[in-house]
Amino acid sequence: MNTKTPPVYFDEMSDTGGIRAPYKRLDDWHRTMPSGIRNIKQHEAEALFRRIGITFAVYGEGGDPERLIPFDMFPRVFTFGEWRKLERGIKQRAQALNMFLSDVYDRGEIVKAGRIPADLVYRNEAFEIAVHGFRPPKSVFSHIVGIDLVRTGPDQFYVLEDNCRTPSGVSYMLENREIMMRMFPDLFVKNRIAPVDHYPNALKSTLASVAPQKCDHEPRVVVLTPGHFNSAYYEHTFLADMMGVELVEGQDLFVEGDFVYMKTTEGPKKVDVIYRRLDDAFIDPLCFRPDSMLGVPGLMSVYLSGGVTICSAPGAGVADDKAIYVYVPEMIRFYLGEEPILENVPTFQCGKADDRKYVLENLPELVVKEVHGSGGYGMLVGPKSSKSQIEAFRAKIEDNPGGYIAQPTLALSTCPTFVEEGIAPRHVDLRPYCLMGEKIELVPGGLTRVALTEGSLVVNSSQGGGVKDTWVMAE
Amino acid sequence: MKLRIEHETRYRFDAPVRGVIQAHRLWPGSFEGQNVLSWKVDTDGGVVGASYCDAAGDRISTVTWRTPVEEFAITVSGLVETADTSGVLRGFKERSVPAAYLRHTQQTYPDAALRTLCEEALEGMEEAGPLDRAHKLAACVAEAIEYALGETEPHTTAAEALALGKGVCQDHAHTLIALCHIAGIPARYVSGYLHAREDGAPHEASHAWAEVFIGGLGWVGFDAANGCCPDERYVRLGSGLDSLYAAPIRGIASGAASEDLNVRVTVAAQEQFQQQ
Amino acid sequence: MLSRTAGHLYWLGRYLERAETAARLMEVGGRNALLPNTTGGHRNEWEAVLQAMGTFEAFSEKYSDTGQRNVETFLFFDQSNPSSIASCIGAVRENARVVRTAMTVRLWDAINTAFQDLKEMSRTERSQLSMSDLIDWTMKVCAEIRGSIEIAQLRNDGYHFLNIGMAIERADNTARLLNVKYYVLLPSMRYVGSGLDNYQWVTLLRAMSAHRSFIWTYDGELSPAKIAHFLIFNQLFPRSLLTCSMKTADHLDHLARGYGKSTEAQQKVREIVGELAEGQVEDIFEEGLHEFLMRFMVANEDLARAVQSAYLGGAEA
Repeated sequence: MNTKTPPVYFDEMSDTGGIRAPYKRLDDWHRTMPSGIRNIKQHEAEALFRRIGITFAVYGEGGDPERLIPFDMFPRVFTFGEWRKLERGIKQRAQALNMFLSDVYDRGEIVKAGRIPADLVYRNEAFEIAVHGFRPPKSVFSHIVGIDLVRTGPDQFYVLEDNCRTPSGVSYMLENREIMMRMFPDLFVKNRIAPVDHYPNALKSTLASVAPQKCDHEPRVVVLTPGHFNSAYYEHTFLADMMGVELVEGQDLFVEGDFVYMKTTEGPKKVDVIYRRLDDAFIDPLCFRPDSMLGVPGLMSVYLSGGVTICSAPGAGVADDKAIYVYVPEMIRFYLGEEPILENVPTFQCGKADDRKYVLENLPELVVKEVHGSGGYGMLVGPKSSKSQIEAFRAKIEDNPGGYIAQPTLALSTCPTFVEEGIAPRHVDLRPYCLMGEKIELVPGGLTRVALTEGSLVVNSSQGGGVKDTWVMAE
Repeated sequence: MKLRIEHETRYRFDAPVRGVIQAHRLWPGSFEGQNVLSWKVDTDGGVVGASYCDAAGDRISTVTWRTPVEEFAITVSGLVETADTSGVLRGFKERSVPAAYLRHTQQTYPDAALRTLCEEALEGMEEAGPLDRAHKLAACVAEAIEYALGETEPHTTAAEALALGKGVCQDHAHTLIALCHIAGIPARYVSGYLHAREDGAPHEASHAWAEVFIGGLGWVGFDAANGCCPDERYVRLGSGLDSLYAAPIRGIASGAASEDLNVRVTVAAQEQFQQQ
Repeated sequence: MLSRTAGHLYWLGRYLERAETAARLMEVGGRNALLPNTTGGHRNEWEAVLQAMGTFEAFSEKYSDTGQRNVETFLFFDQSNPSSIASCIGAVRENARVVRTAMTVRLWDAINTAFQDLKEMSRTERSQLSMSDLIDWTMKVCAEIRGSIEIAQLRNDGYHFLNIGMAIERADNTARLLNVKYYVLLPSMRYVGSGLDNYQWVTLLRAMSAHRSFIWTYDGELSPAKIAHFLIFNQLFPRSLLTCSMKTADHLDHLARGYGKSTEAQQKVREIVGELAEGQVEDIFEEGLHEFLMRFMVANEDLARAVQSAYLGGAEA
């Protein structure tokens, strides 16, 4: 048992000085809301979500594949000043991650300079030998960088992890806002909240800006989905729809000669940019997994010969691995010559003997993660775990030390959340979506995930987390 | 030595198939021990496109058939001048990083038996240089796996071949790669041709061996199946993590028709060729 | 438009039509079960409905008797029966879900709401759901979905594929019902012209919501020739073979104009319409109604195949 006094959490609405400025009106709002109205609105929100069709299948858990992610109506708010700093930090990080990818698939200067161990890069399964030496249009590998952030104090933010492949959840950012505006128009009249609804347009321009050299016309962009059984299918249809582009499956595309075409009722149409929501291993059975039925045979050859652009670029995953994460501040210094604006969480690499020793001695205080895991699976939250859970993890780490990292348990900030008895603080994180093409762009907002269980620090939707609308106050 | 290569791969389907696509790694590069004098790939009506050069210096081109086909042949013919460089790949233009060739694939997965074999083979060689260690491992593969045609399949793994104790050049190469990886030495699979015997009769349709990266020397070929390093009898076509990634032809046909594949390779010394 | 998208819209149309046909058949069966014993009693009437749908065998494998409750379950709720209303609405929704970007929010809303209702209904205590509730619900939902298509859907190629699916399916259903009436329902040819025969014709008309319009159009005189004329040739009747085929032709023509090229599908539908437009009931009875209908169904299926290969399977795959 952990006998230490429980840590004090920073609450984003009320600190020692009372209600913080950005939340003042929300405080009035929830206090004056008649109790009956709240339930009605909550039901209304749920009905809206279900009608629109936003559902979510929990990976590998079975159960109702059309489960809703719980939506909490209490918004999470950032001041303009807070956001300005976050924005600079996020853009800085997204830029460094892309420069890193350009570098390791080219000359590998950062490795040669001894700033990142060669093995971590080149032995990494996410490092695609097949694309080594290829420079994608505008040198961008990761066109949508999702950076998971947590807050521990008024001025203290940490990056929890980077997502350089195909970060999901942006449809929730947009729909949460849409639903809040529909249900509580007054709130938006009284508060000046920066809009987020231009995200699909920005995404489309980003994708169009990285069309391949061989494309000499208005680029045709498509969204490639694994199909409607995928848990994020709703998001795929949503994004395609909002961008006004076709949502295709692998079977809709084929390769002939130098290009990729889609099958239409009017015959084949050439495709220039593919925003794929499909893992590297599945996109081309002729290059990667031969058993993949989801991909397009020959796609990689067309990509590597400059006939089509794939977003994110195959191989981008080598930048968002948890083992590489440790070195992102180093990347920022190396490529940009700047100090990181956003801090990393101090991380112990179990592959290193000293770190491992510390980790094994302090398991009850630490959070342990699998290097290649995601979605909150394969994770140990020391202070919230039983003795046997801790021992099970100890065995796992000893068995495969390189597969794990550990971090101190962060005192994640809380945000007021509607519960049975009114409102109560619940832990939150934030995932903003940074777009990189010809230029770099960030819409003011993101996806706030909230751990709905009291005291829980796990915000993943697959583990009982919910979502909130995220406000950035206009200047 | 001048080697004349004729390599025909003929595909027959029991019913017409639509949408055949292949990736060809059929273009040998030139380097100190190998000079390509002439080279031609005939695709028998397949549309050639999407050609590029990968980091390992191989040229890959994509060939598609969109209309129904029942039979076609890929015919490679060329003339290559070779020289013996004791297996060392010198002057070859590539940008790959040796450290990337330490990861295993399904076919080179290092199981317990392979690990034990590696440990035993290198016992007492802790002080030896990587070249000596590689030679030792190659010899050890030749000893552990007897050359035998028809005992293994194209998808046989190194671990399976070792357990069986029999195999062909592909199995020897996979096994040597797995052992090198265990020993921390980068290694990769190479496909190519071998002028095997004076009478010109090939002992295998096409040949394969392993390349091992030795600091200071670069990539060095090891043909464990023949207990030697590639010399002037060898023509190097391309490389990859294993036989799948280094395959001269990798293809997919949509449809359920069953496929009949016929490969014919001849590698003849030019002098001999001219006498005919 | 993506070939696959067009394919999903086309099948959406077909399943929507199929769901409605199933509801119409349920109505007929339910209605007949209320009437005094005609020949074999109410049990036979249900059997006839099941045979009309071609699902009697599948039903018999699963259920012991043709009691109304069993039939209701089988025709409405049973997911293992591919022609049940639940299966058809499920298929409509599944096809819609895959191509949401190709339809209006309003149409998706109508389809998705129907699907959510259906889930709710399958959780409801059955004693609270009468057969007429189930039928009314289906007819209402189909009308709503159809209405959303008509009101809000852009008149683009997607709209035409939806309609082609509905028209081809509807033609098939009419032909099948007519054929079944002739070859399945009547115990033997001796009964032709008997009271039972007439009774079954009325039933058939009811199944197509056509009884009253028939009476208005043909002065109430029931004869096989008039009914055949009505169901095959009458352009006033929305489910006649000619009306359906003309509708298919119309939408295929739109596609050909829009895409600037005609295909085998347009040619095939023109042949069908051409024959029907010139046809006479006498010729049909000379050929044999069954033979004629079989020929029509084959031609209709052939047309469906042509649509599939010209538009829905992509250009070359």
